[in-house]
Amino acid sequence: MDELEKMLLMQIADLHKVPDGAYNIRNNGEADGRRSTPHIRIESRKDGKAGIDIFISGKAQGESVHIPVVITKTDYRETVYNDFYVEDGADVLIIAGCGIHNCGQATSEHSGIHTFHVGKNAKVKYVEKHYASGDGNGENVMNPTTDIRLEEGARLEMETTQIKGVDSTVRTTRAGLAANAELVIREKIYTHGKQFAKTDFSVALDGENAGADIVSRSVAAQSSQQELYLRIDGNKKCHGHSECDAIIMDDAKVLAIPALAANNVDAELIHEAAIGKIAGEQLLKLMTLGLTEQEAEEQIIKGFLS
Amino acid sequence: MLELQHISFSAGDGDANKEILDDVSLTVSERFVAITGPNGSGKSTLAKVIAGILKPTEGKILLDGEDITALSVTERAHRGISYAFQQPVRFKGLTVKDLVSLAAGRKITVSEACSYLSEVGLCARDYIDREVNASLSGGELKRIEIATVLARGTQLSVFDEPEAGIDLWSFQNLISVFEKMHARTNGSILIISHQERILNIADKIVVIAGGKVTKQGTREEVLPGLLAGRICPALEN
Repeated sequence: MDELEKMLLMQIADLHKVPDGAYNIRNNGEADGRRSTPHIRIESRKDGKAGIDIFISGKAQGESVHIPVVITKTDYRETVYNDFYVEDGADVLIIAGCGIHNCGQATSEHSGIHTFHVGKNAKVKYVEKHYASGDGNGENVMNPTTDIRLEEGARLEMETTQIKGVDSTVRTTRAGLAANAELVIREKIYTHGKQFAKTDFSVALDGENAGADIVSRSVAAQSSQQELYLRIDGNKKCHGHSECDAIIMDDAKVLAIPALAANNVDAELIHEAAIGKIAGEQLLKLMTLGLTEQEAEEQIIKGFLS
Repeated sequence: MLELQHISFSAGDGDANKEILDDVSLTVSERFVAITGPNGSGKSTLAKVIAGILKPTEGKILLDGEDITALSVTERAHRGISYAFQQPVRFKGLTVKDLVSLAAGRKITVSEACSYLSEVGLCARDYIDREVNASLSGGELKRIEIATVLARGTQLSVFDEPEAGIDLWSFQNLISVFEKMHARTNGSILIISHQERILNIADKIVVIAGGKVTKQGTREEVLPGLLAGRICPALEN
């Protein structure tokens, strides 16, 4: 692995070296290291599609699995299917992420399709980061799809971050929750230049006392465009909360379309949405502390996305 | 020393709500200077003109002899002017510690941040990682605002109605914050206030009404007239 690939790994997975625990590193479509542990088994798929199956035993408690993807070729496109099978009662941290460095003129594209089957009372924290860089004119495209099925009492917390660099992205997340299951999603997006980011969340609260809390914070700068679709269906007695909060700058455009569907009289669903530029008062306050207008803007955005 | 020479301010066309200033001249070199007067008399406008948030239509502002009239908010902050907002601003995502660090102009330790917060009567550990957002009450925000000015420790600190909203915290504490601040910076503290107890510690009181300075002098010279003449109706309470 060269310096560039190491830098990408740092960005998406905070990895300086081979991680502890189970891991699978995918580098320009090739396996670049894999380790299974007694409780976490990683295998190549058997259905002929690219990707891996990850089996997490109920005995895994506080263990982690890293599955970063690195692309440094230009004009390279791949679709990868990763399926997670999390047994009842497991407690695991999954760190995924994709880093693309495209110096060429052509488009590089990664579409990761992640499916989570989370067993009863299992706990999963899923962190995914998307990062792209490059000095050519080639576009970096990432289209992550996440499919989540939470059994009774399961909990999944998903942190998904995309800060600059990615030219075009369509991020689709679907979830179905059984009784007492809980889903927490925190999304952070920063787009600039002519980037386009579309996020589409759809969560079905199918079981009694299922709960979802989804918060998307984004900053759209320069002439970038963002679209956010956010839907929660309450099909039983349940509680759902969603929030989208966007800072818009320059000539950017943001479209937010929240939807709540209550199909049961005991479904409690809340949505909050706000899109606006940075308040002049906020800039002024930080300027009275000695920051320039630009420094003030950077601090406000950094705080907002932290 | 801060010197305002013939400062006038009038809002642009159509903005009838903006206060005006009409030929205001005064100096601030004492320890505590209080500016008082009826609502809408121009006090807050004057504070904003000093901080650089509003540009005067006429007149000059000098800080230690340097003409700072044309300087920006940022440049004035670097010259040593601090300004506490009457209505503090909320920030989603910035923590109390972030804000105090930015005010101090450097990365500060948790214990340093805590010491500023303790001074304004906040149990620091509970606040240090809180976001400066809508979850904080008006009174809490107001004290954090004062803590940011404390952390700056500059030669001139301007407070626009610092007492408003800090109901649960005694005035005596607020006054001791000002006294400690002065002991540390040896600078001047300019306080816009209606409160008799704050006027009572002022070395100099300036009365503004209708955008003009109607009276200025020592506390002994100005305060008795204010209380007797009820120039400032808010003092009746």
